[in-house]
Amino acid sequence: MIAEARPGPWRPYCAIVSARFRMLLQYRSAAIAGLFTQAFFGLTLIMIYEAFYRSAAVSARPMAFAQIVSYVWLAQALLAMLPNVDADVRAMVRSGAIAYELCRPVDLYSLWYARAVAHRTAPTMLRAAPMAVFAAIGLPLLGLGEWRLAPPASLAAGAGFAVALVCALALACAISVLINISLLWTVSGDGIVMLVATAVSLLSGLVVPLPLLPDWAQPILRWLPFAALADLPFRIYSGHIAVGSVAVVLGRQLAWTAALVALGRWLIGRGMRRMVVQGG
Amino acid sequence: MTRDALRLYVHYVRVSIRSQLQYRAAFVMTSIGAFLITASEFIAVWALFDRFGQVRGWTLPEISLFYGMISITWALCDAIARGFETFGAMVKAGDFDRILLRPRSTVLQLLGQELTLRRVGRLLQGILVLGYAATAGTIDWTVWRVLLLLASIACGMCAFLGIVVLQATSAFWTVESLEVWNAFTYGGVTMSQYPLAIYRSWFRGLFTYVIPLGCVNYFPGVAILGSAEPLGTPVFVGWIAPLAGPVFLILCLQIWRIGVRHYRSTGS
Repeated sequence: MIAEARPGPWRPYCAIVSARFRMLLQYRSAAIAGLFTQAFFGLTLIMIYEAFYRSAAVSARPMAFAQIVSYVWLAQALLAMLPNVDADVRAMVRSGAIAYELCRPVDLYSLWYARAVAHRTAPTMLRAAPMAVFAAIGLPLLGLGEWRLAPPASLAAGAGFAVALVCALALACAISVLINISLLWTVSGDGIVMLVATAVSLLSGLVVPLPLLPDWAQPILRWLPFAALADLPFRIYSGHIAVGSVAVVLGRQLAWTAALVALGRWLIGRGMRRMVVQGG
Repeated sequence: MTRDALRLYVHYVRVSIRSQLQYRAAFVMTSIGAFLITASEFIAVWALFDRFGQVRGWTLPEISLFYGMISITWALCDAIARGFETFGAMVKAGDFDRILLRPRSTVLQLLGQELTLRRVGRLLQGILVLGYAATAGTIDWTVWRVLLLLASIACGMCAFLGIVVLQATSAFWTVESLEVWNAFTYGGVTMSQYPLAIYRSWFRGLFTYVIPLGCVNYFPGVAILGSAEPLGTPVFVGWIAPLAGPVFLILCLQIWRIGVRHYRSTGS
């Protein structure tokens, strides 16, 4: 309401978010097709983990099977939230249209960050809700109730998950912008983008739930920013991380976000100073 | 006729390779990227065995045989089938009209669209994993087993190509390459990395009788390992099951012909 009455400095960024959002929501059929594929992947992964769990001693299990199942479904639902390059920025760097970005009377970092927010949330919202409905309600109807997405461990766990997810989004956007910025140095950044995407999906828990990775790797994973993108929120949801520790998770997420935003702002200044606009 | 077609295909391939090597640095980087992406998949498999030791009695060297075979198979199919994978865009743009006007088979022309060199990343990873499986001491190699391995990879390429042809065929009706088919290509790769026996029966049935990926990977894999199939399938099945791949491809090509006859250009 106040924003309507008195245009604040954030107005252009809100406009960018909502414009991008509406554009991305056009791709509905792709989202439905993606739903089928991801449901299929989720079922395959759950059957694989189930087979491992049935052949292992209870003492060898770092998480309950139901927690693995909810981890898998949340990962499938929230896949699109992970950091990724902004295809438009990549095209702009290649074509030289990036010069126009510099002419806009807005802060470039904030502009790219706002775009990242739209790019991370619009496809996520399209995919997450149907995926959750399928995993929570559809599966029991298909007679696969033991593989369903159970509700959060408690009301408090659900609330903690929701807040941690918002913080994860903030962090994912900060990393996305860093990937964009790296393009200022490399022009054809396909290699870097692929490397970062791989590292992010492995280290955030998208490839395999992090608690299943070797014990010696756990401290390393804990001190990298990527677990905060997916693994920590998912484990809050299932109760694998106690509600009492949620504050620590949120603190870690916000600290990483602040650090990476600062790094991004510093790099974007340097990148712009040395940038050569591609002509043509 | 066949020799002529083969010569034309070789020519297509040569043009495609030359054009991709124009961007040598991009080719090297994306190949390395693809290698690392698929390597991270194997890290996940390795980590599960590091923690749990075995899955239903299968050990990591045994799993590596299935994993390596399917990675190589899919990498090779993915490299030759680019024209079918991007067929939706071709239909949308109306470019398929041009293909129809030429006096050569549509399948040959689409196969000739591109030989995607950067798939070498996944191929290399598959070869390394297969190399580990082959030298870990679990397989008693004979000439016949080597031949079965090579035949399974060839038949597996046919099976994957069949799926990709179906994906392209669906574009005649939807004017879009549907991501749905990724469930059977990429999903099929993930599924095949583990023995079919660990899955539920409906899932095993799907990948044995409908989409025969189990026939070109799991059953011959068991025959190469020389172990008893846990669900009691006789050993000889592994030696003939790969033939399901070419049969599947022939059926898919029949459906493709129906699709071509059904084609209405978008006109754009």
